[in-house]
Amino acid sequence: MTAVLEKSFVDTAGRPTGGGRRLPSQWLAVIPFFAYLGIFLLLPTLIVVGGAFFDRNGLGFSNLLIMNKPFVISAYLNSVILAAITAIAGAVLGAVLAYAVVSGNPNGVFRRLVTSACGVLAQFGGVTLAFAFIATIGSAGFVYLWLKQHGLDVYAHGLWLYDLRGLELVYTYFQIPLMVLVFLPALDGIRPQWREATESLGGNTWQYWRYVAGPLLAPAFFGATLLLFANAFSAYATAAALVNQGSVIASLLIANTMTSEVGLHDPGIASALALVMVVMVATVMVLYTVLQRRTARWLR
Amino acid sequence: MGAFFLVPIAAMFEFSTRGPTDASPRTLSAWLSIAQTPELSSAIIASLELALLTSIGMLVLLVPTMIWVRLRVPAVSRTVEFLCLLPLTVPAIVLVAGLAPEYQWISLNFSDSILTLGFVYLVLVLPYAYRTLDTGLAAIDVKTLSEAARSLGASWLTVMLRVIVPNMWVALLNACLLSVAVVLGEFTIANLLNYENLQVAIALLGRANATVSIAVAVAALLLAFVLLVVLSFVGRPRSGVGRLEEEGLSGFGRQLGGGLR
Repeated sequence: MTAVLEKSFVDTAGRPTGGGRRLPSQWLAVIPFFAYLGIFLLLPTLIVVGGAFFDRNGLGFSNLLIMNKPFVISAYLNSVILAAITAIAGAVLGAVLAYAVVSGNPNGVFRRLVTSACGVLAQFGGVTLAFAFIATIGSAGFVYLWLKQHGLDVYAHGLWLYDLRGLELVYTYFQIPLMVLVFLPALDGIRPQWREATESLGGNTWQYWRYVAGPLLAPAFFGATLLLFANAFSAYATAAALVNQGSVIASLLIANTMTSEVGLHDPGIASALALVMVVMVATVMVLYTVLQRRTARWLR
Repeated sequence: MGAFFLVPIAAMFEFSTRGPTDASPRTLSAWLSIAQTPELSSAIIASLELALLTSIGMLVLLVPTMIWVRLRVPAVSRTVEFLCLLPLTVPAIVLVAGLAPEYQWISLNFSDSILTLGFVYLVLVLPYAYRTLDTGLAAIDVKTLSEAARSLGASWLTVMLRVIVPNMWVALLNACLLSVAVVLGEFTIANLLNYENLQVAIALLGRANATVSIAVAVAALLLAFVLLVVLSFVGRPRSGVGRLEEEGLSGFGRQLGGGLR
């Protein structure tokens, strides 16, 4: 491919074409790109990794020992539980909505409306999102007041919106549209012929879903669920705007360790916590990519 | 399910038009006072400037590189793709932990202006810009176009600016709109590096004057909505009508807390 490209170019005279080694001048043009990403993407990542392993006494694992502290374990555990609950809820509800979209007219108004709306909702910034829910079911929010007038006090057992349970509700709000956007292409890949083939072989609807569509969609579904998990696990802005104090989840804990407002301030510890997070997210993303490849084998 | 999504947006409108007390009539005073809140207007201006800078930087850095990689060094195309999509895997909260020392250095030796955030925002928008531009480039025959231009004696600069770019302006525009949307919604990095951009200002104000800050939040959301509507209606690509549009939207949807949340 490269050799063909080389030959087909009419270039300055005397230039050796075909075979041979590429002239370094071709590579010069991509150097700014790599240099830029080196400074603003790879170097910060290296600083985090380095910071996690270096402490006052040099190389060591002392920073990572923070992971043994009960409050750190509980923050990470809360994050995992929060991400898992909202990923599963978002995946199931989003898949149902995506199926409703797919069974309609592919160029219809409903589909356009839902995909556009999902695009907008996926853009909902974390701060805006938090405020939207404060305005809705905060202690002065109109849904809360309306429900209270009708005899239902959702805060009878305490103001849970600013707590983990509030985060669960708010995260689900952005997980569902995300699921629709991610899962829609997979559902589009299902061909009606497969259903017809199942029927002509005497299969019923249950058998079609159990033996044909289900196995084909499963990798896409679980892949999307993992994506939602990573999305919720690494989210910070929503929680920062909603939860006023404390470090109930991992991202808040990292932030509080970084900023000097709280007594915890320690860049090395923050790096160690961030490293644990990025390793977890990267693992999930690798699994997602594997499942994505499996999906691509049959669908789309 | 529609209610679950629409009610919070309606509630924000409702909240932003409340008067100072429960009994007072509906008022738009919160909306009107946006312009009279200096820290807010300066944050809005800073965010808009950042959006502009990031878009320009993205075009300058990414477009020539992607065209060049396609034409002359396809060997690195996988590496470029990997790097461009990498910000989706590194959460903003992690990135900011590594950026803090870098920005300390930048603010001491270069500038402490909020506009320096543009450097890292360029990294944040890469995944969306890359996907959009890649779709745009795939839709045109870059190789034939550039060979034709080169054989007629055009320089590489002419090939890029006057031959390839005019053929993919829809993709360029989409990439810019997505970049603007990302920058206007960014909170994590600005907040933790102690810069006051739009989202940080909204969050700070939320503690003092909730109605005004919710009014701004609604306004920002509407702006993003308008951007996305423009994105879905502006010039259809030649092949595969609607493909690019859905690609852009879903590409954006795959956003992984890259700063927005």
